[in-house]
Formats: sequence, C-alpha cells, structure tokens
Amino acid sequence: MGFEEQSFVETFKKSEVVRIEFLTLKTLNYRSDFCIMSAHRLTLESESENPKLNVLARTVSIAGDLCGPLDPRGSKRLVFRHLKMKRTPLYSAHQKLGAKLIEFGGWEMPVQYTSITDEHLAVRKAAGIFDISHMGEVSVSGPRAEAFLNRTLTNDLRKLEVGAAQYTLMCNERGGVIDDLYAYRNGASDYLLIVNASRIESDFCWLQSRLAMFEHRDDVVLRNISDAMGAVAVQGPRVVDFIDNVSPQPAKGGTLVARPTQLKKNQIAKIQFAGAELWIARTGYTGEDGFEIVAPAQVIEAVWNKVLDLGKPFGLKPCGLGARDTLRTEVCYPLYGNDLDENTTPIEAGLSFFVALNKDDFVGRAVLADQKANGVTKKLVAFKMSEKSAPPRPHYPIWSAGPKAARIGEVTSGTQGPSLGIGIGLGYVPLEFAKPQTVIEIEIRGKRAPAVVVPKPIYSPQLIV
Amino acid sequence: MSNVPADLKYAKSHEWVRVAGDLATVGITDHAQHELTDVVFVELPELHKKLKAGDACAVVESVKTASDIYSPVSGEVTEVNKAVVDNPALVNTAPYEAGWFYKIKLSNPSEVSSLLGPEQYKAQISGS
Repeated sequence: MGFEEQSFVETFKKSEVVRIEFLTLKTLNYRSDFCIMSAHRLTLESESENPKLNVLARTVSIAGDLCGPLDPRGSKRLVFRHLKMKRTPLYSAHQKLGAKLIEFGGWEMPVQYTSITDEHLAVRKAAGIFDISHMGEVSVSGPRAEAFLNRTLTNDLRKLEVGAAQYTLMCNERGGVIDDLYAYRNGASDYLLIVNASRIESDFCWLQSRLAMFEHRDDVVLRNISDAMGAVAVQGPRVVDFIDNVSPQPAKGGTLVARPTQLKKNQIAKIQFAGAELWIARTGYTGEDGFEIVAPAQVIEAVWNKVLDLGKPFGLKPCGLGARDTLRTEVCYPLYGNDLDENTTPIEAGLSFFVALNKDDFVGRAVLADQKANGVTKKLVAFKMSEKSAPPRPHYPIWSAGPKAARIGEVTSGTQGPSLGIGIGLGYVPLEFAKPQTVIEIEIRGKRAPAVVVPKPIYSPQLIV
Repeated sequence: MSNVPADLKYAKSHEWVRVAGDLATVGITDHAQHELTDVVFVELPELHKKLKAGDACAVVESVKTASDIYSPVSGEVTEVNKAVVDNPALVNTAPYEAGWFYKIKLSNPSEVSSLLGPEQYKAQISGS
C-alpha cells in the first residue's frame, strides 16, 4: 500500500522473546498496525514508542506454530518487513516541510507534502521539485569505457555526444531488464550512469561481473558514487522562467551553453554552484519540460532551497513520490520493479527504440533480436477505466471482456490519473489484447470494471519546447 | 490541528459516530481524511446489510492507498450517502457533515459507551 515491501528473514527459536525496533510509518498510514510485520503468530508482550525518533519497539514472544517449516536446528524463520531505511541528504528539509514519509526501495522518502493531486497539477501547470537523491550514480571512465558500456547496455552509446544523456537499459543474457537508466557522457571517456535506487547494489554487482569478463578491463574504472551524490528534479512548464538563476554563469563542461535553458532535451552541462560542480540535464520523469540536477551530497540542500526560493513566485511546489508516480504513469514511463524486471524484456515493455541491434554484440542481444524479428507473446499496454471506479492498482488482475472472459494479465502500475480524473494504468497482456481500443476488465476487490486499451502516452502534456 | 467535534463518539480506527436514539450516523474523522488526502473513491455497505462492530464495511480510496473502514457499532444499515459516492471529495471537505458514510439502526446501543470520547480521541491522534 504505497510503499514497497522489503523483507528480511531472521531465525528465532520457539518461545524466544525478541525486541524488534521499527521505524514507524504512522505519518502516512492512519492505521499504524498493518505495516509492521508479515510474520504470524507472534504474541505481543509490550510496545513502546519514541515519537521523536519515529521508532516503535515491539517485544514479541514467538508462539509455537509459526509460518515456514521448522529448520534442521529446531528454530523457525520469520519474515519481517524491513523498515530500517536509508535517508537522503534532504531528509531534514522534508521534515521541515511537513512531508509524509514512506519507505521506497529501502529509502525513507517523502510521498507527499500537501496532496498528491495538488503536487501533480503544480507540475502539469507550473513547476515542482522532487528529491531524487535516492537514485544511484555509477561513474564509468577510462579509454575503454565506451566499448565496455556499449557491450553492457542496449542503446547505442556511439551516438551519445559529450554533453548529452541517453535513456538505455541493462539486460541479462535472457534479455530481462536488470535496470533502466540514464547514461550521461560527461567527457570523452567519462560516463555517469543514473540508476534506480532499489537497483544500486544489483547494478553495481552486475557491472563489476561484466567488467571482469571484459578483455580491456584494466582500461575501465567503475565507481559507485551514489552515497556521495544528491539529486533533484525540477519539472514543469514554468521551470524555464527561473532555472537559469540557480547559477547564472556559463557552463564549465558538458554542452557549453551560456545558461541551462539553452540546453536541448537530453543535453547536460556542468555548472558551478556554491563552490561545487554540479550536472544539470534537460531530462525528467514527468512528461513535462524540466531539468534534473546531480550534485555532491553536501550542496544538494542548498540547491533545493535555492530552487524553492526561485520557483515559488512561479507556483513551484515541493513534490513527493506520490505525484512522481502519477505523473510518470500518465505519460507511460515504466517504473522498475513494477513494469520492468529481470523476467521482462525491453521489447515486451515497448522500449524497442532503446535497443540498438545495429551495433556489436551486447548482453541479451540474441533474445532481443529474436523478439524484434519474430514478435513477442506479451506486451505492456496502457489502459484507461471506461467509467468511474476505484483506482486500478498494481497486481490487480486483468480480464478479457465478453462471455468467454478469462484472466489475461496483471496491472503493473495503476492509479487515479489526476490530470484526467479517471483510473489509468499499465499491464502486460497477450499480444491479441494489446491493440488500442481493445476492451478489457480490471478486477478491483473481486468485482470487474470495464477498461479500454489506449495508445501511449495516456496523457500528452502540452510541450512548448 | 484536526477538528474533533465534542458531540461525537470515536473509534480507535478513526471513524466517528453521531447517535440519535437508536440510529447512528457513521463517517471518518477529519484526522483520517487529512492523513488520507485526495479521496477519489468511496465504496459503501449495501442498504439493509447487518453489520457487527469491527466489520470492514466500506472502502475509502485516495490516489495512493485503499483503506478499509470498520463499523464502530453493530446494526442494520438504513441509509447510505449517495452524495459521497458521486463526489468523494466531500470526505475531505466536510468529513462530519456532507461527507458522512451511512446510517445504521443500532442492535446493541450499549456498544456506544465503549467508544472513545472526543478528549480520548484527541489524545490518541496527538500521539501520532
């Protein structure tokens, strides 16, 4: 419900009494009891709370009959939700603004400050700023960095000029998506990969293992600099009215523009700010015009505050992950973990455009080339509810319509679309149901509601640039 | 601070009850609507449905979450608020008035005395 589950498993002996501390999520959930643990048959001995630290301590005794099989050592395994969350350098800024915080991919992040709908509409009509410091940054440099990355990522890096960014995917040998990411080319042999928060460790592991197999591995340096970096996204049609004032001087690297608004879509520039260097990219995840700024962690709060000040007269609002999710769903940008995972391919997800088959071999190529030539059996489609209904949500079943209705898939992303005022979503269905105008049904709490497959994006922002 | 009217009774799970004789009106509190924000859909119990106190009997959906509503009292549903189904934002704008959920004929009026009073409910929500 609004946050992703992360589980950790611990082994306890029968009748053991354990004290478990959780960061509470009471700020979001008005029923504080449902998010704590998925283990069954625990007897609550006592509970204490430290509201200042947002910590709930529960002392529980392990009842005799628990979930899971008895392991050979005579103890039981319990699965708890893992709520020991990481915080971004902007955590205290969010607290000051009264944000509601949730767990997302292992991070304690703002889901909203005032209202998801208000924040969503601010981005569509004016401007919004998002903390995206949880996202990861991996630096890849050296004379063979391009060759290595071109063999590891699906898009064609040879087309990426210095001072530009490219959306791309990293796949396994089966063509399954390990992550979707942005590759910045900061210098001739200097790349920065912007990866999903929940995938930092898996991505870095994968990159290391691929590098170990690369014949010129000594000519590539791989560094996970995620902890040293913060990032914000500044999105919306009014952003161009104030973004140049964040640092009113010419770029020092990347695309050598006089000011950020001269950047074209997917171009990046290095600018000076408060004695630090930061990268500003004309990219985003909302469908609106906007910029993403990647900066050293120690200056990101100054960047955040500066943008808040500059943007306020133009209607800029701080926006949480709730609005980020509704905005990207309306424009059908996939979310890793929902719409993409290691068992789905970019071709099935409708991302063929970012898979370059006219380059040398890369991981996953054989499967992706076959799918591109011979077609896929399932496809990620966008749909819109046909009438007023409860919002579709991830994992709701998708059914075909008509007398021989059958379960054909599952919603991967779903929400009320604030720009449209109706339920919208994404989900995988067999090819024969993937055509726009196909009538389908979404099962919402046991009842099926009519929906229709629509072309992507579901909502088209009125872009001026 | 959230509005907690003095003339209502409250459930720990953030529903309010307005009792008049053996009829009660049920809705969710200002605190609850504030925590939920942006209510976009409300599903109410069927007319004449018999509910036991604690039964999950309605659903409120915001942009981000779906939340069950539990009946604070037992009885038979005598009326549901169609206006709130047509315009779920009433839950946010008028949680104690136009945003009510359903009316119920109490089968066990003594249950009401075990609900929280306004001061107790205030104490509960100020701790969160």
